[in-house]
Amino acid sequence: MWFWRRRKSKEKARDRLKLVLAYDRAKLPPGKLEGLKAELLEVLKRYFPADESGVEVRLEERGENVVLIAEVPVRP
Amino acid sequence: MEARAIVVTSGKGGVGKTTTTANVGTALAHLGEKVAVVDVDVGLRNLDVVMGLESRVVFDLIDVIEGRTELKKALVRDKRVQGLYLLPAAQTRDKEALDPERFKEIVRQLLEEEGFDRVLIDSPAGIEKGFKTAAAPAEGALVVVNPEVSSVRDADRIIGMLEAMGIQENYLVINRIRPEMVKRGDMLAVEDVIEILGLKPIGIVPEDEHVLISTNVGEPLVLRSGSAAGRALMETARRIHGESIPFPSLEDKKGFWAAIRRIFGGA
Repeated sequence: MWFWRRRKSKEKARDRLKLVLAYDRAKLPPGKLEGLKAELLEVLKRYFPADESGVEVRLEERGENVVLIAEVPVRP
Repeated sequence: MEARAIVVTSGKGGVGKTTTTANVGTALAHLGEKVAVVDVDVGLRNLDVVMGLESRVVFDLIDVIEGRTELKKALVRDKRVQGLYLLPAAQTRDKEALDPERFKEIVRQLLEEEGFDRVLIDSPAGIEKGFKTAAAPAEGALVVVNPEVSSVRDADRIIGMLEAMGIQENYLVINRIRPEMVKRGDMLAVEDVIEILGLKPIGIVPEDEHVLISTNVGEPLVLRSGSAAGRALMETARRIHGESIPFPSLEDKKGFWAAIRRIFGGA
């Protein structure tokens, strides 16, 4: 039944807050990451065949720190 | 708290800054401190009505800064509690008159010349000049936050700014908690807010309709017994005063035993 599977709204609030605060603290609006992603890809492509469609750049909380994660699939 | 000049702030408006200032100030005076509560919200004066002192305001902070009156004469003494004084904000004057350096000097005079033990500064909402002026003389802060995403986000911003200003002794006042919503998982719990913001609480205050009733009549909650928020705010003041008081559990107390306790314990 749907209400059993419904996630508590508090969990959602926590997750959204953690993410938004990660960007706030890094003074980096999520929109800016798109620019970073494009430039990053340009550089990476000089070194190896990267798969553009699967690239993901995001911030994540790791304990005390906020880290920038870039996932770049390498074309086989 | 060691800090004698304490700014009450939140970033977001409407989370309970003025209620906290009025009640904690009143309670600290009740505990024997000589307290000045200062309203810095120039143009949007509120602390006077919340405290029920609006009819006794003659001069304001800007009058003092611009030399129209002495500091002593601008202070409104609260006759209900010994040692409690209000320094009202200007309602009409230009807020440019209030700059951080001049405000710092006023707070210094209160602490060093007028013999106040504690100055509580009610900051305007926002992160602009008004906030920065209010925080300028502060050595510590009460960051008022509601368990709600926009309030927590703004509180995070304010905490960062306080630290950047060198204000060190900062605590959370987590306000307007609804235990039954927390229990159902539809409200951030106290622990969530503490973890996300990385700051210790000094006050945990439940949502309580008595808050509105007390502002309706202009009598701080801590002066009347029998309200949950009033108790929590009195405890907040006791912790600031230096007592170590554990935080009560915010479990829903509407059950049978709570009813018994209310009847016999007056809790």
